[in-house]
Amino acid sequence: MLLFFEQCLNGLQFGLLLFLLAAGLTLVFGIMDLVNLAHGSLYMVGAYFAATFTALTGHFIGGIALALIATLLVGMAVEVIAMRRLYGRDHLDHVLGTFGLILFFNELVRLIWGPAGMNLPLPSWLNTSVQILPGVYYSMYRFSIIIVAFAVAAGLYYVVMRTRIGMLIRAGASNREMTGALGVNIKLLYTFVFGIGAALAGLAGMMQAPILTAQIGMGENILILAFVVIIIGGIGSIRGAFIAAILVGLIDTVGRAVIPDLLKVILSPTAASTAGPALSSMLIYLLMAIVLVVRPSGLFPAPGSR
Amino acid sequence: MADALLAVEGLTKRFGGILASDNIVLDVKQGELHAIIGPNGAGKTTLIGQLTGMLTPDSGTVRFAGEDITALPAYARSLLGLARSFQITSLFLDLSVLDNVALAVQAHAGHSFQFWRDARKEKDLREPALVALARVGLADRADRPASALSHGEHRQLELAMALAGKPRMLLLDEPMAGLGTDESARMVKLLRELKREYTILLIEHDMEAVFALADRISVLVYGRVIASGTPEAIRANKDVREAYLGEQEVVS
Amino acid sequence: MPALNTRNIVIGLTILGLLLVPAYALVVGNTFILTLFTRIVILAIAATSLNLIMGYGGMVSFGHAAYLGIGGYVFGILSFEGIRSGFIQWPLALIISALFALVIGALSLRTRGVYFIMITLAFAQMVYYVGVSLSRYGADDGLTIHRRSDFGGLINLSNKTVFYYLCLALLLGTVYLVWRLVNSRFGMVVQGARSNINRMRAIGFPSYRYQLTCFVIAGTICGLAGILLANFTDFISPAVMHWTRSGDLIVMVVLGGMGTTFGPLIGTVAFLLLEEALPFVMAKTIDPLFPGVRPSEYWQIVLGPLLLFVVLFARGGIDGFLRGDRDG
Repeated sequence: MLLFFEQCLNGLQFGLLLFLLAAGLTLVFGIMDLVNLAHGSLYMVGAYFAATFTALTGHFIGGIALALIATLLVGMAVEVIAMRRLYGRDHLDHVLGTFGLILFFNELVRLIWGPAGMNLPLPSWLNTSVQILPGVYYSMYRFSIIIVAFAVAAGLYYVVMRTRIGMLIRAGASNREMTGALGVNIKLLYTFVFGIGAALAGLAGMMQAPILTAQIGMGENILILAFVVIIIGGIGSIRGAFIAAILVGLIDTVGRAVIPDLLKVILSPTAASTAGPALSSMLIYLLMAIVLVVRPSGLFPAPGSR
Repeated sequence: MADALLAVEGLTKRFGGILASDNIVLDVKQGELHAIIGPNGAGKTTLIGQLTGMLTPDSGTVRFAGEDITALPAYARSLLGLARSFQITSLFLDLSVLDNVALAVQAHAGHSFQFWRDARKEKDLREPALVALARVGLADRADRPASALSHGEHRQLELAMALAGKPRMLLLDEPMAGLGTDESARMVKLLRELKREYTILLIEHDMEAVFALADRISVLVYGRVIASGTPEAIRANKDVREAYLGEQEVVS
Repeated sequence: MPALNTRNIVIGLTILGLLLVPAYALVVGNTFILTLFTRIVILAIAATSLNLIMGYGGMVSFGHAAYLGIGGYVFGILSFEGIRSGFIQWPLALIISALFALVIGALSLRTRGVYFIMITLAFAQMVYYVGVSLSRYGADDGLTIHRRSDFGGLINLSNKTVFYYLCLALLLGTVYLVWRLVNSRFGMVVQGARSNINRMRAIGFPSYRYQLTCFVIAGTICGLAGILLANFTDFISPAVMHWTRSGDLIVMVVLGGMGTTFGPLIGTVAFLLLEEALPFVMAKTIDPLFPGVRPSEYWQIVLGPLLLFVVLFARGGIDGFLRGDRDG
């Protein structure tokens, strides 16, 4: 039971990470109508920046902060140099162009940091356990990820729902032309939004790095999961992305832990050991397939969106 | 309602807080040209959507030749003989003019699971398409890409595609939209000819055309039919004048 | 008789070149050329099948490489389990590819546009993970296949030249088949659905079933390419189905010219030759400028922005360029 509870927390943590990634993606798609495959590259870049700056400064929090700023800048630079030219074009053009960016970033990272990954060691104050319930211990680091991610999610919600900037963002998502006609500097808004999306992706990469290490190509695998989250949640909807991300995180993590054991009850050990991992990997996609059959626009599609 | 080809009863559609269609009752008799007029925002697009199968009504029924088609998908309605033209030109712009109409013919020529023969060489498709094009006056533009046509010619092509499937009834959504004076006059002449052969439900803004062509007119305001009758009756109707035409005399 | 213009000359020369590759390899004594072009020809089959749904049908599948894997794995698994006859392996691989395409297509075609792209991507990744989990068949490391498909006395696939010509014949056959398909009644429906799906439904076409059929046909042809690829490399692994491979296929189709008969063939030749040539060219020109660094190892750094460039300025691909089209 305790193990199950721990897996649930891991699932929550993973889900929150997915949300950070998906939020950036869905914002950019909802507002700029841009399909950005290179979002995973920004996740990777954030992880590498974090590993580098913490090693350089010897300071964990300082390194993270510097890495966040650096990722934000890289994101804005990418927007100005490349993304701007893609707005208004066919989605296929976006797919191709950002696919090219993935190749570029992967090679650039390999050129600068080399083919082996980079470790991001945790400071001692994070490398412990925390007692979250009487007698129940959980990794301090994973726990702080949950806290931080929740805080960011709450902050995002506040900004999007309660501030003027957020209102512009929501207006832009519902009606691009009108927002422009109202005299808002659309170009600046877009650069800003893209930069925020990049920072969110980078943050997710940084948080994942101590657990999985920073590696070339790490962005692509998780990017697809982020897409699945958006499809399930509904494109353009932050709320949908949040709920779907938690759902996906929980199902994936708990599923992987539980399904092989469940299968051993029904099938022979050898069959279970083959089918177990396969079924666990497929679980999320099965969920996506079901959502597609029942509600093709996702669970919480943003009003007024396609 | 004995010889009503299209019969609409109690059609209601809500979008969030807005009642776009409010218990609409309407019928189109065989052989007549029934025009629907109404100010912008009256719910004409929503009505068309429900008649053609793009939208599902919240309640009410649509019957075509006695058959309940309320839940029938768009393609099935076309196959039953209810053809439509679009208000905003909706063509296959990257194909030729003839290809466009031939596709409309093909849709009504059985299934298309035929993988080998060159469809562009099939007389069964090309000839009826050319006939439809000739009917609307576009026969000489047959081989041009559809994108090369003028706006007025696009409206003609819209009509040709509706005719190509040999429909029983035409549902025309603002065929005169965006046409200049000459082109409008040509369109009215064409519609007058078509009126003799087809039952037509005409949505239009152009009052001259409406009063020249319609056998009956229904007026749609805020999703409700506020009046329905002969052009003379509608012209004289006080409610219609207030809501829509204003106090001026309508040019006849 | 086709016109004698630049485009047709280039296509003609390319096909002639492909026909003469084994002779050239023999004369020059260089088997690498034969190996390279076998790979090119096989992937061109896959690209042609993608062009059918993407270029003509407007269905941008970011998961097409999955069928390369499916075809390859069915062949590999059967071979591993002792079934060596091509007469059993090939039809079975094609049928299973078709079934996967049927299920994936049936679900994915419920959506459109960018949703469709993402969903085909996700399903392909799912198939990839299934491949990774097949521990009996090598999982991540892949499966070595010790013998090519056995067709009795009919044809010997172990002969490199024979195998090459078989692949080339299948490529040209596929190109011809697709050409007939897109100009038939079926093809007109598929093209119409790409052009304006609402209008298709309004004039009376139940478009879904035609798009699904097209999707299944394309998946099956790509499955054939998968069988050939696995035979060719004597190996199958999940890497063949990774989504970046699907991305490569899309690039080949767009580079050659989407929605054209010979576009995919030209695009595959161009893309794979570029992959070979770019490091070589960089090694000769740029490496000497940066001693010790060897930038040519990082040639994909050039490929990435090059792709972006093609998308922005040469959207009609090579075919469009040869016809004299400006930015599409």
